[in-house]
This record gives sequence, C-alpha cells and structure tokens, in this order.
Amino acid sequence: MKFLCVPCDRQMTFEERQTPGDGTLAAVFRCPKCERMTAMLANPMETQLVSSLGVKVGGRTVPQAEFEGIRGGVTAGRDDAFEDREPATPPAGPVRWSPEAVERLGLVPSFVRGMVKKIYNDYARERGIARMTPAVMDQARSDLGLEGM
Amino acid sequence: MNLKIRTYNQVAEAESNLPDQVAEAARRVAVRLHTVQMTLAVMSGKGGVGKSMVSALLAASFARRGMKTGLLDADLNGPSTAHLLGVDGDGLAVGPEGIEPARSSGDVRIMSMSLILDQDAALSWREPRDSGYIWRGAQERRALREFLADTAWGRLDIMVIDLPPGGPRLADLHAMVPDLTGVVVVTAPGRSARDAVARSLDLARARSAPVAGLIENMSGVVCSECGETTRVHEGGEADALAARFGVPVLGALPLDSGLAAAADGGRIEDWTDREGAAGSVRDLVRQMALRTEQELERLRLEHPRGGSGG
Repeated sequence: MKFLCVPCDRQMTFEERQTPGDGTLAAVFRCPKCERMTAMLANPMETQLVSSLGVKVGGRTVPQAEFEGIRGGVTAGRDDAFEDREPATPPAGPVRWSPEAVERLGLVPSFVRGMVKKIYNDYARERGIARMTPAVMDQARSDLGLEGM
Repeated sequence: MNLKIRTYNQVAEAESNLPDQVAEAARRVAVRLHTVQMTLAVMSGKGGVGKSMVSALLAASFARRGMKTGLLDADLNGPSTAHLLGVDGDGLAVGPEGIEPARSSGDVRIMSMSLILDQDAALSWREPRDSGYIWRGAQERRALREFLADTAWGRLDIMVIDLPPGGPRLADLHAMVPDLTGVVVVTAPGRSARDAVARSLDLARARSAPVAGLIENMSGVVCSECGETTRVHEGGEADALAARFGVPVLGALPLDSGLAAAADGGRIEDWTDREGAAGSVRDLVRQMALRTEQELERLRLEHPRGGSGG
C-alpha cells in the first residue's frame, strides 16, 4: 500500500500511527512537497489482519521480539509461561520506573509483561530517558506503534 | 479531469515496505532451520488416528538412537505431544538466541502451545468481536512461523512437526519450509480413514511435498494376556493406498494397553527405552522409526536443500 499525492505526484511518507479508539488504527502520511497530510483508517478487523502477518504499517521501529504475535495475541496464556530475563549488563544506565509507571505496567497481563517492559526500557535507553513515567509510556506507544500494550 | 497516476511498482517503496517485512519473516525461518538437518511433517487427513502418538513415538525413538531431536507441536488447538513426553512446562526461558524449548527426560526439544496456554484453556486470540473467524487462520500461521523461527532449536539432526488433522496446515508449513525433507501420513484401518488419508496424499502430491511413507496406527489390538494381535478391520487399506500413491508403508502399530498407559502418564520415553522382543509393539515402533529415518535420508539425498521437492 502506497499513498501518492496526486497534485505533486510525490509519494507520501509515513508520519505517525495512532489508535484513536474503538480498535481503529490510524496511519498518517504526509506529502514531502506540499506537506498535505492524509490518514488511513483501518477498522479492527483490518488492523488484526495486518497484525497477523507480523508486519507494521510505516515500518518497524523496534526489532521483532520472539513470539511477538503469540504473546501479544493469545488471550489465555499462563502467567508463568515465559521467564523473561533482563540482560545482566544493560546497554546503558538503568531506567528507573516511577510508581505510577510500575502500577500501569502491572495492568499488562503477566504473560506478556516481561516483553512489554523490555520494549519500554529499550525505548528509554535509546533516547537517554532515565525515568519511566506514564507519559513516556504513552509516547513510546505512539512512536513504536504498540497498539494494545 | 485526466489524472495520470503512476502504477504501484513505479512508486518507490516507502518506510512500510511490507513485501520486505514479509520476506524478512520468511528469512528468519530459513536462518533458524539452517542448523536443522532434516524436517519431518506428520499429518493425517483424519482426526483421531493417533497422529500425535506417532509423532511422539518417532521423536522418542530418534532421540533414543542418539539423534538430536526437536518436536514442534503444530496442532495449536489440540496440543498433546508435550504431555505424551512428560513435559508439562515450567516457564520457557527467553534466552539471547530466542525462546528456549522445553526438554524431555530423553532430551527431545519441544515447543507446543500447551506450554503456553493456561491448563484446559482453548486457544483464543484477541480479536474483533464476531469477526475472529475471518483472520484466525492468519493468526495461527503467524504462530506457527514464530514457533519455527523464534525457538532456539540449536543444531538438530531431525525436527518432527506434528500437524493438526486435515490438509491446510501442511500447505502453510510447506510454504514456510519449502525444503521439508519428508511427510509421513498416518492412517487407520477402515474406509473413512482411507478416503481422508487419500486426500492428504493427494494434497501432498499437489504441493510437491516429498512423502516419506504411510504409517498405519490402530492396525489391530494386542491382547494384554497372551500378546496376540487381533485385527478389527479386514485391513489392507494402507497397502492399497501405498500402492496407489507409490509410497512405502513404514509401519503398522496395533493398540497396546501398555503403550496407552505410558502415553496417558507421559512416559513414552520410558516405554521406548525398555527392550522388547522381536515382533512386540516396542519392536514395531523401533522398526517404524528406523524405516522412517532411512526413507528421510533417501529423500534428503534425492532432494538436497535448495531443491524443489518432488
């Protein structure tokens, strides 16, 4: 799927992803010449179909995690199905989690929590963010396209 | 208005580049299986013929013969092979190379949905209400691909892949593993099994998937008192199918109460480890595994990796 700005005859570039609600996935594209923006709206079924292919509209912003589709998609996973281990030596300084962020992470099913925490930590480290807060989590979700996490 | 719109291929790929993302997913499978010498799919067109039992027996027998063996339970909705080998899951470690498979006492590396799902929970996906049926198949294909690509299988002499009943999953698997070494089709006596299994063989042939042979399960019943085997059906269907499709019969296994008890208790490996007299069910299992291995070796030489199967 490609978006072409007809007046400029230029391919529009991916700008951002949003999940505005009711399962809709919005992918926003911008014309690099006239800056006009357009949003592609996918209904929940279309969103899931794309997800089931293991691809990301707009390209991948984080490397594919092992069993990403299974851990993100299965509804009745065992809490102790996976033993996620943080690397012994983190690539940069440790990310401190605020109590509010910890509380919010606690809402993520334990089946997938370790994977989600690693993604948030990697996001913060790559950007030199030392403290994880709900606002950083919101930004990460938007930037990384972590729908449903 | 007379707009001149360029074609899809005339416009350069942008960030999404979905074809490349799909190709990358296929590449991950190929890279992971590069260290797997042989891949064997066990299938049947009919449910309830003991396909998972045959898969577990083959895996246990291969491991007993010193082969580094993996067992992938591709029956996502009815996983049972892990239990047959006494593995009920104890948390799958997420290591640097991927998800570590569980290991049986006989060192079979196992990946199964039963190690992930809650006890007695059916496999269900986060899905839009009332439309799950539309994309469930795609989600299951992705799960199978992740089992193949994201499990840290390591070096294996053989990977046994237990497919669910019916043909479609073979097509999925063969698309992901085009150099599948061989397919074993499990059948049972009786006309209904024969017809369903014939369709499986036809599908495998249509996909040019190399068929290693047929295994007839439940070929009779072993008397627990005298050890004599009694045939329940008149029989001959497996031989007729084999002749019709030009494939060998790799073995015939009768129902045996000792084996059934071992399977229920997750002790298949203990059962195969014990010595069995010539002609006993244990001996039949060993011969079946040996013939299967020989047939796979033949197919591997006939269709070296990178070939198109046949």
